[in-house]
Amino acid sequence: MKYILAVAFSTFMMFFSNVSSAQEKHENGEGQHAVAAEKHGESHEEEKTGDVIIHHVLDSHEFHFFSYGDIHATLPLPIIIYSPERGLSVFSSARFEEGKEDYNGYRIVKEKIVPVDAAGNVDASVRAFDLSMTKNVVQMFIGIILLLVIMLSVAKKYKAQGAQSVPTGFQNAIEPVITFVRDDVAKPNLRERYQKYLPYLLTVFFFILINNILGLIPGSANVTGNIAFTLVLSVISLIVILISTDGHFWAHIFWPPNVPFLVKLILIPVELLGIFIKPAALMIRLFANMTAGHIVILSFVSLIFIFGKMNTGAGYGFSPVSLAFTIFIYVVEILVAFIQAFIFTNLTAVFIGQTFESGHGHDDKNGHHEEVFV
Amino acid sequence: MELLLPGFGIIFWTLIAFVVVLLILKKFAWKPILKTLKDREDNIANAIASAEKVKQEMAQLKNENETLLAKAREERATLLKEAKETADKMVADAQNKAKAEYERILTDAQAAIVQQKNSALADVKNQVGNLVIEVAEKVLRKELSNKGEQETFIKQLAEGVKLN
Repeated sequence: MKYILAVAFSTFMMFFSNVSSAQEKHENGEGQHAVAAEKHGESHEEEKTGDVIIHHVLDSHEFHFFSYGDIHATLPLPIIIYSPERGLSVFSSARFEEGKEDYNGYRIVKEKIVPVDAAGNVDASVRAFDLSMTKNVVQMFIGIILLLVIMLSVAKKYKAQGAQSVPTGFQNAIEPVITFVRDDVAKPNLRERYQKYLPYLLTVFFFILINNILGLIPGSANVTGNIAFTLVLSVISLIVILISTDGHFWAHIFWPPNVPFLVKLILIPVELLGIFIKPAALMIRLFANMTAGHIVILSFVSLIFIFGKMNTGAGYGFSPVSLAFTIFIYVVEILVAFIQAFIFTNLTAVFIGQTFESGHGHDDKNGHHEEVFV
Repeated sequence: MELLLPGFGIIFWTLIAFVVVLLILKKFAWKPILKTLKDREDNIANAIASAEKVKQEMAQLKNENETLLAKAREERATLLKEAKETADKMVADAQNKAKAEYERILTDAQAAIVQQKNSALADVKNQVGNLVIEVAEKVLRKELSNKGEQETFIKQLAEGVKLN
């Protein structure tokens, strides 16, 4: 299944990159398709490539497909703002007219929505909470709907057929993954208590996986490469870890056994920090991996245009090299999508497991070397 | 750096979304799926266990059969042995008996022979006695008449005895 995805995405990539380089050739573009955001790179010739790339991996209030001259093919998304002073306001992001207009007392500045007063100055007295359906949020919901549809239909199949049946269709894709999470992630780390945590671990795994995979589709949002998204997941992990602690664990933190008194004084803050560093590492690892992957792919694609600006021939000359690199990194990214989902789940399970076994040995010895995993 | 600042909206929506997904999946997906998987694995494990059990039972049966066979063979052997022993004993007994009988007959025969011999000897002795007495009588009668004649007569007599 992974390989099919890889082939599909690589083909996509090739197609889109070809389209973008072809369009570069005929500056008077003919019928344009919804091109991947790589196309974005050349639309703002005046922008720096680095800014374009960063803009692409960031969240935004609209789905931007491509721009051609002054025509911007975008899908505006709903903006939801709650302000204690002004109440709730909901409107389409198209009202901002690409940031040229203020609407309803709000102005959009570089994807940030700020409240303004009647005179058009930024109003500092108003607090505004941006709860908009941004690109990331919408795509996360698409991912969730997909996940629910797949899992519930599979679950229905299981229910209907009972234990005596042979798995068919999508069950064959899902079942090995579920058994993998159960037998290779939950059971070894949580031993006899694994059943309590298994639904959570499975949900985390598939939630991250589906968003990783959707994020790889050209032109889509970079959901798992968003620090807020990973922050929420790791905070939930932290809560789950803390819920599963016992007196034993805290005794171990505040009075590490088998060490001299002075070392205890050093170890206590270290152990305390460790509790928060572990989920923080989870957060940064997922975010950095996914974002870096996107940035690398975009960089390779942008290289064509950078060379092209210097000399058209150089742009064409470099495009096959760039494409080859892009495809290679793309396939690696698909692997990474699975690996990162696994690592997040596995380390969460490891950290939960550590709270059980504070009885023997030093926890950090088992946990710390895995922090280096990137 | 914009990239490292978590947006409030996404935190809010992600939190809600994840919790909702967790609850829905936990109840409607993971529970039935895991239950079915567990049931299936239990079934398979049971099937394997029962197959193993059947195998063991078969092996046991085979063992029992073999022990039975061995026992039967042993019994047959003992029976044969006993029969042979009985036959041998019977033959030996018969031989012994025959031998004893033979010996008895032999001893009887010997005894009879000895008896007859004795009686024959007794007869002979009697006859010899008689003859001696007769000879003596005759000798005594002749002696009275003539000495030379006596001697020839005795010779004659003796020769007669020899001839007898």
